Parts: sequence; structure tokens; C-alpha cells
Amino acid sequence: MTTAPRNVTLAVLKDRAKFIRKETVRLSRIAGAGHYSSTFSCAELLSVLYYDQMSIEPAQPDWPERDRFVMSKGHAAIGLYPVLADLGYFDPSELDTYTRLGSNYGDHPDMKKVRGLDFSSGSLGHGLSVGVGMALAARMTKRAYRTYVMLGDGELSEGQIWEAANCAGHYKLDNLVAIVDRNGLSIDGHTEDIMSVEPLDKRFEAFGWDVQRIDGHDLGAIQTAFAALATTTSGKPQLIIADTVKGRGVARMEMSLDWHVGNLVGEDYDDVMAELDAGLKPFEPEAAL
Amino acid sequence: MTTDMQDESEIFRGTTTGSTRLRDARSVRGTPKAGMPAFVLGEELADIADTDPRIVVATADLASANRTNDFRDRHPDRFVNFSIAEKNMITAAAGMASTGLIPYVATFASFAAILGAEAIRTDCAYPKMKVRVLGSHSGMSMGFYGSSHHALEDLAMLRCMADLTVVCATDANHLRAILRASVEHPRAMYIRLGRGRDPVVYDTVPEIEFGRALRLREGTDLTLITCGSQVRASLDAAEALQQQGISVRVVDMFTIDEMDREEIRAAADDTGAILTVEEHNVTGGLGSAVADVLVDLPRIRFRKHGVPDKYVEVGPPAALYAHYKLDAAGITEVAKSFLEK
Repeated sequence: MTTAPRNVTLAVLKDRAKFIRKETVRLSRIAGAGHYSSTFSCAELLSVLYYDQMSIEPAQPDWPERDRFVMSKGHAAIGLYPVLADLGYFDPSELDTYTRLGSNYGDHPDMKKVRGLDFSSGSLGHGLSVGVGMALAARMTKRAYRTYVMLGDGELSEGQIWEAANCAGHYKLDNLVAIVDRNGLSIDGHTEDIMSVEPLDKRFEAFGWDVQRIDGHDLGAIQTAFAALATTTSGKPQLIIADTVKGRGVARMEMSLDWHVGNLVGEDYDDVMAELDAGLKPFEPEAAL
Repeated sequence: MTTDMQDESEIFRGTTTGSTRLRDARSVRGTPKAGMPAFVLGEELADIADTDPRIVVATADLASANRTNDFRDRHPDRFVNFSIAEKNMITAAAGMASTGLIPYVATFASFAAILGAEAIRTDCAYPKMKVRVLGSHSGMSMGFYGSSHHALEDLAMLRCMADLTVVCATDANHLRAILRASVEHPRAMYIRLGRGRDPVVYDTVPEIEFGRALRLREGTDLTLITCGSQVRASLDAAEALQQQGISVRVVDMFTIDEMDREEIRAAADDTGAILTVEEHNVTGGLGSAVADVLVDLPRIRFRKHGVPDKYVEVGPPAALYAHYKLDAAGITEVAKSFLEK
């Protein structure tokens, strides 16, 4: 597990993305509420990161040389917990306690309770600063690990993100990789209506970052983007803008403002599980809106 | 008078490199006991870092003002200047701490504690990161720079956070003791500092333990429980009261959270009267923390003395301390008034 990338086949990665979505639906039912659509938009990204790209050692979560992952959009932790369990950080049966009194697994993740979690999150805008600290620490301690930070596009309105982006550029942290899950929606609407984030590439480039822009549901494109990072010696922090669809994988949730937090029950639950089992359907924006 | 004002301004700006007197401000070494203690922050941390590779120091464009540049000069590869971006600094420090480093991040208390409060709670205390946030120029010690630069609310804001140890440095030697003890402390810390010209209380580096107060003077009629800048003033007030036949105990309650409950109980039992003295808003600070202990004890005479719940007047620090009765004369007056009622 310590050698990465592991060249996992696209079929396996696709299956793991489906697994992330199904577990999100299952765990949300336990909680009676869940962040479905924000998790679905980054399912492929999580799949490639954890199953293919990151150097990790689930039997030794504190391995100092491991790659770090910071889920800055902490509300997508519901999709990360099943991955960590799947990889062997803890017994998958623990997930059945999700959000129940005394559980280690809440809606936003607590690193002191979740084995394999590199940092706690939930308050948006903090994760890139955490990553800056981890990347600076790697430089100070002469370690080769890479730090990945998953950002939401809505959270880019937080000013601290830009403090961190500026700092990473200034200190030339090319061991830092930020991924923006550019799913286009925050809670109240389209990001470009609520508070624009574009031109996202130019904004980060102006702060001294290298930027790639990809289809965040195209597993091959994601792998290619990460492969391009591996040879980077640019002296620049690395940004991957992953254009995604909020709610991707369940037709009723795609680009819907109703499923940022929701609760699937009864026949709806069964229908969605069947839809996920059938695999990803093509995105049809007209139908979704 | 003119000279004093120039010196003060230069210290505030951190450009203290000129005269002999100002050079003394850079290091406690060789400074006469009665002289200016100044900050020993960067120097002490550099000494610790000589043998401990985990120590990292960061500041937010105040390396001169808080003397972290003394650390930078000796350990440049373990120093980070985050510029004027305090939230990023505190959160990034937490990221560093997650890898096993022990970051000390320093800026003015108003920005470290009040602006940085959420980063301290969410990224340092909650995940139990060994980050040490150092807030200098606390209270109203920045005087005429105004309320934006004062920190008279920091203790109240931070003492209610779980898994955060809140301590106040009394003077240079006490700060050295705190920094040495902080290295192996298991929790996140907020360390409240004065402005670097704090009057001397400790002639040598004291033996300390977080959560255990230092009883500096014995007395039977009243206990002054105090911290930080007010310790020296309280000791001087106790001496003045002694001349008037009033026997006063003085306690340096430098750990605000977790507080030394036994020392408060002893003060209540032995003297039956407690006056808290703090350079902080009377709401929520040291006095309130002592009151939180006293509610569980048999009733005694108790009063809180500090800065009223208002933004303070403009003025040089010494004038403000006199105005708000937080100098020795003022504390003496307040204590007498308290005991006479």
C-alpha cells in the first residue's frame, strides 16, 4: 500500500466511487439527514486519491512519511469514512454507529476519533491553511510526502483561503496540492450568483500556483492530472480545478438545491440505491433544472 | 520626558537597535535587575530549539516587536513569517503540529486571541494540537494606540474553550519558565504576555507548574489574586497596606485555565477576603474565574477589580493604569475601600 500510484484500473475506481455514493446514502438514513450532493460531486476524486494516488499505510496511520489528506469541505466526510474503513483503518461495522450518541463518526470529522483522518474539519476556509502547515513541516523535516487538500467552491469565499493561497505561493510549496470540487453550487444557489469564484484558474495563477482544469468525474482525466503532478518541479503549489456536478450519480439530486442536506427514506431510498447500482447516468442539465 | 516617549515609541515599533538602553531591550542578559526586562521570547525559544528539533516559531509581521527575530537569526530554517494573516498562521501552525512539530506563534494579543479565536478553538484546542499561541502587548499596554490594539477580552474568550491551557506571563523570568514548561505540555496553549517592559517580580527563573499558583507574599487580612502586569503593582500595594497595618497575601494566579482551586480555597479560609486584580475587562476574566471557584465555597468577602466593561480612554499606558486604579496607589485605594465596607 505504500507505493503509489498503484495503477488501479478504471473499472475498480469506478466501482469504488459507486461504493462511496451508496455508503453515503446508507449512512444518511442512519442519521436521518446527510450531505448527499456535496459528497457525490467528489466521489471520483476521493476514489482516485485513496485507492490509487496517495502513499498511505492503513496498518500504521501515524506513518510519518505518508501523504496527507485534508477534507477542507468537512461536510463530505460521510463519503470519506467508508473509504477509510474499506482500506482497513477501522472495522466497517463501526460505520453503523454514524452520528448516533457517542459515535466516533459525526457529520464533520474529528481526527481524534477517526483512525486514518489527518485533520479535523467542518469550519470552512481552514483546510488550505492546515495544508500549508503540513507542507511547511515536510520541508522543515525533510520529508517527501505530499499534502492534498479538498476544497469546496463555495468555501473559496472565506478570506482565509486566500491568506493560505498567498502563503503557499510565496513559500513555493510545490509539495502542496489543492483540489477544488467545482460543483457550481453552495447552499443558497449557484456560486456565480451568490458570490463569484471565477475566473478560478487566473485567481490562483495570480497567487503563484500551477493550475490544471479537468472533468472531475472522468477517472482517467483525474489519474492523468495526478500523474502530471508527480513530475512537477515547478516550485509552485499545485491546483486541480475539478469541474463536477453537485449530486452527480442520482438524477433527482444533480444540480438540485434541495439535496445539499436531505433524507432519503422508503421507496425513494430503494429507488436511489437501484439507480446507483445501475451505474452513473449521463448528466442532463435540462432535466435536472 | 521627551526621551521616554521616544523610547516607548521605538519599542512599540520594534526598532530598538540604537542606544545602549535600547540595545538592552533585546536581551535580558546583562540587563540590570532594575532595568527593562523586555522580551526574552525569541532568545529563550532559540535556546530550547538548540536541542529540540521540534520547535518552530512564527509571527505575523511583528518579528521585531515581539523579538521572535532573535529566534529567526539563530534558526532561520524553523522560522516562518506569515505576514499580516493571523488566521492562516494559527491554522497552519496546527497543521505543523499534526506532524509532530511544536509551533510557537506570536503576535499582538488583540489579533492572536480576538481575531484568531476560532482558529485557536477549532484547529488547535479541539484537535489537541500542541500549538502555543503567544499574545503580546496584552491588556491596554498599547495605551494610546487604542482599543483596536488592546486585548481586554482575551482571557474571557479563551478560558471557556476546552483543552486549551491559558497562562499569563508575569515578567521576563516567568516567561522563560513558562516557555520551558510548555514544551512537553500535552494541550494547546494561549500564553498572554505584556508589552516587554513588564516590571520585575522574579529575580530568577521560578519553578512553576501549570495550574499551581505562586504565593508571593503572606498575609492574614486580605488576599490579592492577580496575574501578569498587575502582580508587581499588587505586591507594591500590599507593602503600602502593610504600612497601614493591613496584612495582605499576594498570589500570582498565572494559570487562568485550569485554575488552582486549592489556592483559592486557602485564601478564603486563611484571610476571609479576596480582591482580584487584573488588566482585563472585569467581565469574564481572572476575577470571574475565581468567582466560579468561590461559588462552591462558604461565602466570604469578594470583589473583582479590573477594567470596567467599556472601551478605555486614550492615553499612555502608565496614565491609563493610574486612571483605572491599576497601579500600586490605585490598588491600595480599592483594597482599603473594599475592606472598610
